[in-house]
Amino acid sequence: MTASVVTANRLGDGAVVYLAPEGRWTGCLDAALVAQDDATEPLMAMAERGLVDRLVVTPYVIAVEDGPDGRLASHIKERIRATGPTVRLDLGKQAAQTGVTESCHVPL
Amino acid sequence: MYRYDEFDHTLVAERVTQFRDQVRRRVAGELTEDEFKPLRLMNGLYLQLHAYMLRVAVPYGVLSAHQMRRLAHVARVYDKGYGHFTTRQNIQYNWPKLEEVPDLLEELAEVEMHAIQTSGNCIRNVTADQFAGVAADEIDDPRVYAEIIRQWSTLHPEFSFLPRKFKIAITGAPNDRAAVKVHDIGLRMIRNEADEPGFEVIVGGGQGRTPMIGHVVRGFLPVPDLLTYLDSVLRVYNQLGRRDNLYKARIKILVHETGVDEFTRLVEEEFAAMTRETPQVLPGGELARIRAYFQPPAYRDLGKAAPTLDLALATDSAFAQWHAASVSAHKQTGYAIVTISLKPIGGIPGDASAAEMEAVADLAETFSFSEIRVTHEQNLVLPDVAKEDLYAVWQGLKEAGLATPNVGLVTDIIACPGLDYCNLANARSIPIAQEISERFADLDRQHDIGELKVKISGCINACGHHHVGHIGILGVDKKGVEHYQITLGGDATETAALGDIVGPAFSGDKVTDAVDTVVAVYLDQRQDGERFLETYRRVGLAPFKEKLYAAR
Repeated sequence: MTASVVTANRLGDGAVVYLAPEGRWTGCLDAALVAQDDATEPLMAMAERGLVDRLVVTPYVIAVEDGPDGRLASHIKERIRATGPTVRLDLGKQAAQTGVTESCHVPL
Repeated sequence: MYRYDEFDHTLVAERVTQFRDQVRRRVAGELTEDEFKPLRLMNGLYLQLHAYMLRVAVPYGVLSAHQMRRLAHVARVYDKGYGHFTTRQNIQYNWPKLEEVPDLLEELAEVEMHAIQTSGNCIRNVTADQFAGVAADEIDDPRVYAEIIRQWSTLHPEFSFLPRKFKIAITGAPNDRAAVKVHDIGLRMIRNEADEPGFEVIVGGGQGRTPMIGHVVRGFLPVPDLLTYLDSVLRVYNQLGRRDNLYKARIKILVHETGVDEFTRLVEEEFAAMTRETPQVLPGGELARIRAYFQPPAYRDLGKAAPTLDLALATDSAFAQWHAASVSAHKQTGYAIVTISLKPIGGIPGDASAAEMEAVADLAETFSFSEIRVTHEQNLVLPDVAKEDLYAVWQGLKEAGLATPNVGLVTDIIACPGLDYCNLANARSIPIAQEISERFADLDRQHDIGELKVKISGCINACGHHHVGHIGILGVDKKGVEHYQITLGGDATETAALGDIVGPAFSGDKVTDAVDTVVAVYLDQRQDGERFLETYRRVGLAPFKEKLYAAR
């Protein structure tokens, strides 16, 4: 069984976001709305709203899977997008996660 | 250096105003992303993995100390405290916010900087020898011609929508430090039999997925014909270059598919027609006007003796080691050129913090007539340092953490941003560079190995110049796992060559071992003072391949 989520970049600063329930966008992969078995069309339709509302840029579907510490993007490129540059742990989402409970929340 | 005239100021200021309105319209919903994207790209603004990325032009790699301070200010105020110097002699900021970019560009415009010609299918920011105007081996100062090309190419109406991007590089010296043979057009200054300066015109070089060494289409081009000839090459390309296939759209493919002789004939035919109809020779007065901007600074009459330097070299071995790697011959007696390594051991190639930029600006102001250069190898240069000041410059660099004595050595690695930042990348480049740098950290070992250029790209677009690395490393994606293909024997200089692929790619954790093996084979095979490239050309791929794959 495959699982997918919709990701995009936030218009204002390019930050990585994921489509969440009710058409909201979240910076947290764990909070993303998951489509099972490639049933991604409804998610993309919902994501269109984000384009119309000028919240996000170029939404697309990525594969995700369950990891030992929560949900993971399947491909390395998406894993890096989900965290930040692997050579600068002080930058990107991973930096915000340090010591913050609401770890990957990227407000829109 | 060149100072903007009224026309330049107006052009850049107008561009900022236009972009401010374009951003406003995008945010207000008057422009879709599809409509906005080409507009932002024309202003150097990309969307990368984590954020927007702004690429700022440093025309032919020349910066003033004042401009460098502004770049530091931009890094601090609009970004996250650093910038990344690129193989196109530009600087990239990795985290600007869309709505702040117009203000950022306005601040750059105040110091005669912009992001025009850093993206899109136009003639890109021209690049040049970083030692232009000061190199001991120079025929003429290429900055003069680079500036003329900049003025000619900026917003050129006929060449703003070419089949694909177009890169011109120029060197004024026989020793090519600008990689002119792997550019769409490479210009190499030479003298004819009458001792007049002119250009050898090389067309159709390039890297990317179809790497090619350029072909000489004109053995000697008189200086006054420069722009007419460039117009002719561009016209032939604009008319015949492919627009149906992104991967076959560069001029190198046109030259290859047309054949060099036929392509040359077409260019010469166009050139003859243009010269006949509207002689567009470069007027001597205009040449002199531009040349006046590049008059040498007020050098002191220093003579050959440099007792302070001699004493420091004799008594401070760390300084001597840095001097051996970082100092090059200057055409003015008593002066030297200093290359500042942006490759600290284990660091990120080409990255500089705002504080480091300011330290370089301080040193340039105090010791190098306020001028700085950016190199295509992602280092910086102080072009005009009195030899007697070299020890003080080194101490200043050391204090700023910028005195790594590895220029031209195995740890002076070119690496593109790779999958840590770039949307096009297939694999990470920077961590590989860092691991190799740490493996070869021992300075004595580096100096023993000698000149060795390692160049790493995270994808086939080859921003990290891997095709022309003595050791080239290309990141590839094998079923979602990073692998790295190694090439040997590449060369970006006047003896340009593309590297040979050694064999199947290595997984990320095996690349540094593979580089170590290549170096070991070289040291084993090396004869009296041979550089890596010379040994490779003598013994070929076989001994390296044998050792690399023996244990597999």
